[in-house]
Amino acid sequence: MNVTLQNVTKVFPPRLRKEAPVTAVKDFNIEIPDGKLVALLGPSGCGKSTILNMICGLKEPTSGKIFFGDKDVTELPPEQRGVGMVFQNYALYPHMTARKNIEFPLGNLKGDAKLTKEEVEKRVTEAARIVKIEELMERKPGNMSGGQQQRVAIARALVKLPGLLLLDEPLSNLDARLRLETREEIRRIQKNTGITTVFVTHDQEEAMSISDMIVLMKKGVFQQQGRPQAVYDDPVNLFVAKFLGTPAINVFRGKIESGNVTVGGEAIIDAKGQPDRDVFVAIRPEGFVPDEKGSMTCGFGSVDVLGRDYMVVATHEAAETPVIRAIIDSDTPVVRNGEKVRFSFKKHKVFVFDAATEERIRLD
Amino acid sequence: MKKNGLKAWLYLLPALIFLGVFMVYPIIDVVIYSVEQGFSFTSQTAHGIGFYNFRYVLSDPYFIQALKNTFILVAVTVPVSTGLALLISLGLSSIKRLKELFQTIYFLPYVTNTLAVGLVFMILFDKTEYTDGLVNAFIKLFGGGAVDFIDGPYWAKMTVLCLYTVWIVLPFKILILTSALASVKKDYYNAARVDGTSKFRMFTHITLPMISPMLFYLIITGFIGAFKAYSDSVALFGTDLDKAGMNTIVGYVYNMLYGDSGGYPSYASAAALILFAIVLSITVINLIVRSRLAFKGGGGNA
Amino acid sequence: MRDKKDLRKKRNGTGGKVVTYILLSVWAGIVLLPFYWMIINSFKPTPEYNAETTPSFFVYAPTLENYIKAFTDVPLARYFLNTIIFTLVTTALMVIVIILAAFAFARLSFRGKNILFVAFLSLMMIPTELVIITNFVTITDLNLRNTYLGLILPSVTSVFYIYLLKENFEMVPDEVYKAAKVDGTSDIKFLFKIMVPMCRPTIVTVIILKVIECWNSYVWPRLITDRQEYYLLSNGIQEIRESGFGRENIPAMMAAVVVISVPLIVLFLIFHRKIMEGVSRGGTKG
Repeated sequence: MNVTLQNVTKVFPPRLRKEAPVTAVKDFNIEIPDGKLVALLGPSGCGKSTILNMICGLKEPTSGKIFFGDKDVTELPPEQRGVGMVFQNYALYPHMTARKNIEFPLGNLKGDAKLTKEEVEKRVTEAARIVKIEELMERKPGNMSGGQQQRVAIARALVKLPGLLLLDEPLSNLDARLRLETREEIRRIQKNTGITTVFVTHDQEEAMSISDMIVLMKKGVFQQQGRPQAVYDDPVNLFVAKFLGTPAINVFRGKIESGNVTVGGEAIIDAKGQPDRDVFVAIRPEGFVPDEKGSMTCGFGSVDVLGRDYMVVATHEAAETPVIRAIIDSDTPVVRNGEKVRFSFKKHKVFVFDAATEERIRLD
Repeated sequence: MKKNGLKAWLYLLPALIFLGVFMVYPIIDVVIYSVEQGFSFTSQTAHGIGFYNFRYVLSDPYFIQALKNTFILVAVTVPVSTGLALLISLGLSSIKRLKELFQTIYFLPYVTNTLAVGLVFMILFDKTEYTDGLVNAFIKLFGGGAVDFIDGPYWAKMTVLCLYTVWIVLPFKILILTSALASVKKDYYNAARVDGTSKFRMFTHITLPMISPMLFYLIITGFIGAFKAYSDSVALFGTDLDKAGMNTIVGYVYNMLYGDSGGYPSYASAAALILFAIVLSITVINLIVRSRLAFKGGGGNA
Repeated sequence: MRDKKDLRKKRNGTGGKVVTYILLSVWAGIVLLPFYWMIINSFKPTPEYNAETTPSFFVYAPTLENYIKAFTDVPLARYFLNTIIFTLVTTALMVIVIILAAFAFARLSFRGKNILFVAFLSLMMIPTELVIITNFVTITDLNLRNTYLGLILPSVTSVFYIYLLKENFEMVPDEVYKAAKVDGTSDIKFLFKIMVPMCRPTIVTVIILKVIECWNSYVWPRLITDRQEYYLLSNGIQEIRESGFGRENIPAMMAAVVVISVPLIVLFLIFHRKIMEGVSRGGTKG
C-alpha cells in the first residue's frame, strides 16, 4: 500500500492563551511507495512524530489530506486504518504476558472479522516466529530486555496483518550494541513481510543504513526525499548536506567571483556563468585529495589512522567549524609543507549553497 | 562501632519508650484483661481465667446490635464509595477545564471535623415538630412522605449513616484513584486505539488492571476504616448510641470502658479483640482474593 | 462534506463532556451543600430559623448574634486554645521522635536492627482501638486525666510515619552521608542540617496528616477529659449538641460548627496542592 500526504499541515493550539499557536508540520507532501522501508528523518522536535501520528490517525491534520492507496483516510479514526504501530517506549501492557499482548489487537475484531481460537493461535505464533520470540511468550514485559520488548511490540503490530507498519524512534531506547542488531532485525522483518514500513528517527546513520528511502524534514517543513545514497550525493540545501554523513560535511564561507568558487581568496573550483555572490562551500570529508599543487591551503592539525583510511584534521580560517576533517584512503600520501597542507577536490563531493537562502547552487 | 550501636539506641529511645508504654504493653494487657473473669476496676482483682468475657460480649444484645450495624455499614459503604469514587475519578480524568476546582471541592470533606459536619447532616435530615428539614422537603417535592431520619425507623437512620460515611470517605478515594488513573501512560491508550480497541475493552483490559493495586489498597483500607466506624455515628445520633440503636463495635468498646455503662475493661478488651480478629480475617481474605485475581490475570511474575 | 463530519465528531465529543460536567457538578453540589447550609444558617436570626417550616436557602436578615452566642454561651475560645495546644505540641513532639527513630533505622548500624524493624512493622497492624483500653487505664492510674499531658502522650509516636520517613531517608544517597562524615559533621548535625532539609516534602506530608488528625480527634479526648476546661473542639461540639444551646438554638450551633471548620478549610484552600499531594503520598485516614 502506498501512502500519500497532500499539503498536510498541523497546528497545535497554544498551551497558554498568551502564546502563539505552534505549527508542527507545514504544507507537507510526500509519497511513500508500496513495500518500502522509509525513514522519516530530522532533528528532535521537527515534527516527524506528529506526521507518524497523523498517518496512524491518533492526530488529525489541521488541513491537507492523507491517502492510503487511492482511499482518503484523513477523517478515518485509527482503528479503521488497519495500521500497526510500535511506540517509542513500546507501550506493552505490563500486566499481560507477551502472548496476551500480541493477542490483544485480535480481541478487538468484531463481527465477521472475528477470528476463531485456532486462527488467533496461528496468527500469534506466526507473528512471534517472524520476530523470533517464541520462547518468551509467557513472560511479562517487566522481565524482558529492551530488545525483547521491542520485538514483542513489533509482533503485536504485525499480528493484525497491517497494510502499513509505523515505528516511532524504534531504536532510541536500546543500548549501542542492541541498536545495531535490532536495526538489521527491522530490515529483515520488513523484507520478509514486505509491509510498507515508516519509521521515525533522528539518527541519520540509522536511517541511511537500513532504509530504502529517507524523507528529511526540518522544523515541520519537508526538505528532500530519495534513496539514502542519492540524497547524500545530491543534497538540495545546506541543512540536508550537514545533516547526513559522519564525520559531518565541512562547511566554509566562500564567494563566487568571476566564474570561480573561492574560499579564503583561493579559487577551488569552476563556477562558470554564475553571478557573483556570497556562498557556503560544503565539502564531504572523502572529497579531499592531498595535493601539493592543490587549490586550498589549510593549517595542519594531525593525522589519525583509522585503519583503511586516514583522517586528516586540519584548520582553515574560512571554515564554519574549528577544525575540518578529511578522510583520505591510506594509499595516498599526505604531503605536508611545514605547518600547511594543501588539498584539491573530487568535484562531485563539493556542494555550493547560496549564503542567504542556503539553497544549492548547481554548477555546470 | 560499639559507640555507634549505643548511639543508635539513644536515637531510638523516645520512640521505644512511647511505643512500649502505649502500644506493646497495652497489647499484652488487653489480652490479659480479656481472659480475666470478673475483673473489678476498683479492687483491681479478678477471680479466674477463662473465656467468660467473650461469651458475655457475644451474647450481649447491644454487642449483637453493634455488630449488625457495623456489618451493614461495611457492606453498603465500601462498595458504594469505591464505585462512586471510581466513577468520579474517571469523570475527572476525562476533563481539563475546571478539573482542579472540582478536585479541590471534592477533597474538602477530608479536612473537616467529622463531629462538626455530622451536626449539619443531622440538621439536613432531621425532622422536628417545627420543620421537616431540607431533605424531607426534597422528598416531598418528589411526592414522598416525610421520614424522621434521626429518630425514626432503623432503615432511615442507617441510610443517613451510610450516606454520611460515604461523604466522609470519598475524598481520599477520589484523590488516590485520580492519581492512579493519571499515572497510566497515555501511550497504552494510544496503542490500544490504533489497534481498534473499544472504550469498554480499554477500561476493562487496560485501565482496571493498571489501577487494580490502588483499588485493592482502597478496598482493604475501606474495610478496615468502616469496621472501625464510630464518630460518624456519634455525630449523627449523639453519644448514647445504644439507645439510638446505632452503636458500632468500636462504640461498644468505649461504652464498656467508659460512660454510663462503663467500667468493664474486660468486656471492652474482649470486644476489641473480636473486632481485631474480624478486621484481620477480612484483610487476609482480601489479600488472598487479590493474589488469586492477579494469578488469573496472567501468570504472575516469571 | 468534510466540515459536516468534523462537526458531528465535535458534537459527539461535546455531548459526552457536557454530561460529565453535569454529573461532576451535581457531586460538587452534594459536597458543598453541608458547608453552604452551615454558613447560611449560622447567619439566620434564631426566630427566623425557628419560624421556617420549609428550610430556606437564603438569609433575609443576616446577624452575627449567633457567633457572639457561640463564643459567650459556651467556652468555645477555650476549646480552640486547647485544640491548638494539643495539635501543636503533639505534632512537634511526634516529628522529633519519628525523625530520630527513622534516622537510626535508615543510617546507623546496631545489633538487632533488622529484628527490631520487623517488630516495628508488625505494630502497624495493631489498631488504636485495641490499645486504647489499657492506655485509658494507664493515664487514669498516672492521674493524668484532664491534663494536656494525658491528652498528648499516647499519640506522639506513629510506626507508620517512622516507616514512611525511614524509606525516604534511605533514598538520600550514601555518598552524602560519607561526605559529611569526611568533613567531620556529627550525626545529629548531619541529620538536622542535611537529611531533614533534603526530606522536607515527606516531613511536611507527615505534619499535614498529623495536624488534620489532631484537629479532628474525638475519641481519646472524650475518654480522657470530662472537665470542660480540657475539652477539644470535637468534644466541645458534641457537648454543645447534647447539653448546650444546640438543642434549642440551631443557628448558634451552626455558628460554632462554622468556627470550628474554618481554620482547617482556610489552611486547605491556601495549601490545597501541597496537602492533596501529601495525603496521596502517605495518607491513610484512621
